[in-house]
Amino acid sequence: MHIQNDYADQIRLISGSQDLKCMKCGRCSASCPQYEEMDVRPHQFVSYLQRGDIDALMDCESIWKCLSCFACVERCPRDVKPARLIEAARLLRIRRQSDDEFITPEQVPALLELDPDIPQQLLASVFRKYVK
Amino acid sequence: MVFSYYPGCTLKTQAKELDRLARNSAKVLGIILEEVEDWQCCGAVYPLGTDEIATKLASVRVLKEAAKKGQPLVTLCAACTHVIKRVNDDMKNNGDIRRKVNKYMEEEADYKGETEVLHLIEVINKYIGFDKLKEYVKNPLTGRKIGAYYGCMLLRPSSVMAFDDPENPTIFEKFIKALGADPVIYPYRNECCGGYISLKEKDRVKEMVATIKENAKHNGAEQLITACPLCLYNLKQISCRDLNIDYLTEILAEALGITYNSEEEVSYAYSK
Ligand code: SF4
Ligand code: SF4
Repeated sequence: MHIQNDYADQIRLISGSQDLKCMKCGRCSASCPQYEEMDVRPHQFVSYLQRGDIDALMDCESIWKCLSCFACVERCPRDVKPARLIEAARLLRIRRQSDDEFITPEQVPALLELDPDIPQQLLASVFRKYVK
Repeated sequence: MVFSYYPGCTLKTQAKELDRLARNSAKVLGIILEEVEDWQCCGAVYPLGTDEIATKLASVRVLKEAAKKGQPLVTLCAACTHVIKRVNDDMKNNGDIRRKVNKYMEEEADYKGETEVLHLIEVINKYIGFDKLKEYVKNPLTGRKIGAYYGCMLLRPSSVMAFDDPENPTIFEKFIKALGADPVIYPYRNECCGGYISLKEKDRVKEMVATIKENAKHNGAEQLITACPLCLYNLKQISCRDLNIDYLTEILAEALGITYNSEEEVSYAYSK
């Protein structure tokens, strides 16, 4: 099944993921440490894409819940790379809604004042994950 | 043995001890780390999007500097290791990314992934060997029960990271053993600590690290070592008596007998 949808093709392109290889075994979701927290689960990223339900994928909470821990990528027996799918949806979302910013550079000094132990790695990571 | 060295932003700020103790320990082992000039932050998160080009450039610049010198590139922070190894893999195996990056950089020589990227522990394994490492140990950590916390970034995806078996890694345990301590194997050593969500969802991170720490303690660990400043930060979000969290270089320096006064650069005092 391959539904025509411009955004779906964009997600395929950006993710480089081969969703058609998915055999719905669920091992990705079984491996995911954020499974309980997610509204759309890793094995469902693939289903949403195949149904062409891209708006729902881009609007789901899971795009902020995925930790990029790559457990699903490592354990998928079909090399579908679910983490890449949700990352592509996240990228499209933040590219579309750059006003939806969780953090701005101006907020950093105050954050560090609150918690001086915050490593730079964490700050660099959130700018890459939440901001355009 | 001379290597190009990429410390990354966190090792210049919050994780200075990781950097200093690594440099001093490396020196004792005959490993010279030459810091790459004018490096920039790798971004800490690998840009997964196949159309992300600009976010990969900082890593490529560093890789190129090492290639010019014909040296392997050594990293210490797990995130830097992850990002730079994966970008290097793109430059080697993804023609589209390689072409766009090289075009963007507009430099004479194209970069095609020639540099070998190694974490310091891989350097020790490959160029010294853990048997030989034992011979350098002046202060064996006898009787200490140390668990390795691998986390995600060094291990996965194993097809690119090629660090160790992603489900049953052994490299840190061999390292701990070489230093004279007893490695503690516990199931959650390669489970995610929560990573970057700790800024937004600290409570979730606390739940995740509680599971990891309980699991480590339950299996007998008295100390955990990590190579990742963010893992260290997250693991310290909940206090747990009798379970210290330290960088791997701290036990290395300790076993090699590097005390904070023995070399003028080492001003870090052990926090135990
Ligand atoms: S990368 Fe994301 S989706 Fe995949 S297992 Fe980790 S948290 Fe779950
Ligand atoms: S593990 Fe792979 S094949 Fe199995 S459901 Fe997940 S994406 Fe599909």
